[in-house]
Amino acid sequence: MYFDLTDEQQAIKATAHEFLAARYKSERIRELAESEHGFEQSDWEEMAGLGWQGLALPEEWSGQGLGIVELAVLFEEMGYALAPSPLFSNTIAGLALAHGGSDDQCERFLRPLAEGKLRGTPALWDAGSPATIGEFTMEARADGDGVVLDGEKVLVMDAAAADFLLVATADGHRHVVESGAPGVTVAPATSIDLTRRLYSVRFEGVRVAPENSLPGSDDEYFPVFHRVCVALAAESTGIAQRTMEMAVEYAKDRQQFGRPIGSYQAVSHRCAQMLLETENARSAVYGAAWAADAEPESLPTAASMAKAYASDAGWRVPDASLQVHGGIGFTWEHDLHFFLKRGKANAAMFGDAKWHRERVADAVLSAAGEPVSA
Amino acid sequence: MDLTLSPSEQQFREEVRGWIEANHPGPEPEAGLEEVMAFRREWQQKMHAAGWAGISWPKEYGGRGATMIEQAIFVGEASRLEAPSPANVLGLAMGGPVVIAHGTDAQKQRYLEPILTAEEIWCQGFSEPESGSDLASLKTRAVKDGDEWVVTGQKVWTTFAQYAKWCMLVARTDPDAPKHKGLTYFLMDMELEGVEAKPLVQITGEGEFNEVFIEEARIPDENVIGEVGGGWSVAITTLMNERAGLAFGAIAQVANGLKRLGALAAETRTNGGTAAEDPVIRQRLAQLYIEAETMRLNAYRGLTKTMQSGIPGPEGSLGKWQWADINQRMAELALDIEGAYAPLARGDEHAIAGGAWQYSFLRSRANSIEGGTTDILKNIIAERVLGLPKMR
Ligand SMILES: Cc1cc2nc3c(=O)[nH]c(=O)nc-3n(C[C@H](O)[C@H](O)[C@H](O)COP(=O)(O)OP(=O)(O)OC[C@H]3O[C@@H](n4cnc5c(N)ncnc54)[C@H](O)[C@@H]3O)c2cc1C
Repeated sequence: MYFDLTDEQQAIKATAHEFLAARYKSERIRELAESEHGFEQSDWEEMAGLGWQGLALPEEWSGQGLGIVELAVLFEEMGYALAPSPLFSNTIAGLALAHGGSDDQCERFLRPLAEGKLRGTPALWDAGSPATIGEFTMEARADGDGVVLDGEKVLVMDAAAADFLLVATADGHRHVVESGAPGVTVAPATSIDLTRRLYSVRFEGVRVAPENSLPGSDDEYFPVFHRVCVALAAESTGIAQRTMEMAVEYAKDRQQFGRPIGSYQAVSHRCAQMLLETENARSAVYGAAWAADAEPESLPTAASMAKAYASDAGWRVPDASLQVHGGIGFTWEHDLHFFLKRGKANAAMFGDAKWHRERVADAVLSAAGEPVSA
Repeated sequence: MDLTLSPSEQQFREEVRGWIEANHPGPEPEAGLEEVMAFRREWQQKMHAAGWAGISWPKEYGGRGATMIEQAIFVGEASRLEAPSPANVLGLAMGGPVVIAHGTDAQKQRYLEPILTAEEIWCQGFSEPESGSDLASLKTRAVKDGDEWVVTGQKVWTTFAQYAKWCMLVARTDPDAPKHKGLTYFLMDMELEGVEAKPLVQITGEGEFNEVFIEEARIPDENVIGEVGGGWSVAITTLMNERAGLAFGAIAQVANGLKRLGALAAETRTNGGTAAEDPVIRQRLAQLYIEAETMRLNAYRGLTKTMQSGIPGPEGSLGKWQWADINQRMAELALDIEGAYAPLARGDEHAIAGGAWQYSFLRSRANSIEGGTTDILKNIIAERVLGLPKMR
């Protein structure tokens, strides 16, 4: 029993922390938030130098072959820095290819993705659908030996900067579609979250050659989904940690009625609550990350626990921090709103807290599940 | 990172589990604190005979010298298997460790063995009518007279004082010193003339805790633990041991409670289905499971940290806060599931689950008060973990 990061994991954390803190200062985040693609290619290349695109991807396809614990370490730091980057969407595409792609597809798409030379992103939810996990309405219409796609995908992350999309269809399959392919139109969406770009993507008679449809199906993508939930929950944990620190620092500094506001219990107890939620989120995340690597049979419930808890903490902690800051926290000029917005967007993505709690209820109410053991 | 037990830890768990299963005396008697105490005394004697009483104590003092992880495993298994509590919880968890840490050789010789055997029960005389959270303001006075201390004052909420031979008593020996500096830690014989314990009835109807009236009781000087005037740091050792010892037992208790709660939901009919099908109940139950899991994982993270640094940090306060909150909400959810039957208590033939949840609902109200109120824990976290300025 040893529930802490190993020295190597600590090293990954320290490197990420330093790198991201140097790159993503407030002014830079603001610049990127207003730029066309929301990130910068030179940052991407530096990340590739650190091996981040392939961190948790198999070594055989140029990845680093590390685990989900390491991935969680990285994404906790990405959240802490609020780094605007397609790294998250790219990681999802990479995990999906690794789990559901053929060797030939991994050679053509996964290897360059892991090396940072090609970017991929998943295109999952259909316009007008309830955007429920695993339920897609776009048909993969047979056409000769390939398929043809028609329809519109929404909530697609970083699509304009992606080289290819992994498009989900009703039969549970994924298809690699190059973003410049004929019939594909990418349009930016307007999101509260300014540090992660969302798009809608129209498909009009887009032909997919048979070698670009992945053989994998739902059975391969649920494990991907669970790992993605852990990474996203880690990111929200980083957001909670950062905004808690901002609140504590401000509460020590800001004086009202002749003393620091942190000496008032309404303020200090709010901060204690932030710490509780942040630590709980962190425990749930690393418990689930460890399960992904070492005990995959308990991953589905552990991942849902982590995503449910971190979904709430990831926006409530920034929200509480905003309250501690008073009026200044409500200004555009203060950075808090960027964190609050990302936290709230994260809460809604890949199953909200309610959806994941329902999964947990399912697991614990079916006699088989025995998730809490001493 | 490894959240599984090592082979030797696993072997230890098997050993603990095997012993408890073979020796488990069955459920505690439901009525009568006297009967319960007798039952627990017998259980503790069995534990002691097999070397399981005081497992955290060093071997030279009759303990087992178990590592922290082994202690966690032991209390976890005992709670999971719903083994009875030993009779002398306060002696084992606080009194013994305090004597070991601060006592003289003669005191160790005198006090430790009867704690382990449950021959002498201990109680904790800290709180007073006017000093609860602000413990250091306590007023019970001890005045030196020859080689004795003459003690006068009142203690309150003293759990098991009516069964206790020894009381861990903190009294003021120097009224002129600053409030934390004028205190001394005594072991007071409850049979002394001038000492009287009167049970107070709790909201559950039971009388676990007491008022203790002390009227010119004469405590021999050799019963001082630590330095005269050094009582505060001894008291802190006591409280640290209290918090550290309880976590893993509490976690296993919550896990048992959640399983029962799930079963209750599955068996209870409501709105044409079962409570287990009700979306609101499902959400609340899932949230409790999730928080219980975060509490368990936090405790293991804390344990890893403590094993590295050697001392439990103030983060332990998070666990106590969270446990109180979860334990209360479990019982609240149970009563909501029971619906119109929620008022029916132990002893009523229509009470659901024998009225167990009604008892838990009431008993758990104290969880956010006993052993430091939740508000005080938040103060500790704000000041000592987050470094916020002291409130005044
Ligand atoms: C079941 C049970 C068993 C117990 N057993 C023992 C025992 O064996 N031995 C023993 O010595 N004691 C025991 N206690 C006493 C317990 O430790 C005290 O009740 C507790 O410390 C609170 O003190 P109080 O009751 O005087 O409340 P107070 O301290 O008067 O508190 C009243 C309210 O004010 C709040 N408050 C007080 N100070 C602050 C502050 N600075 N900031 C914010 N809020 C504040 C509290 O949180 C609480 O809500 C027991 C209590 C219970 C309920």
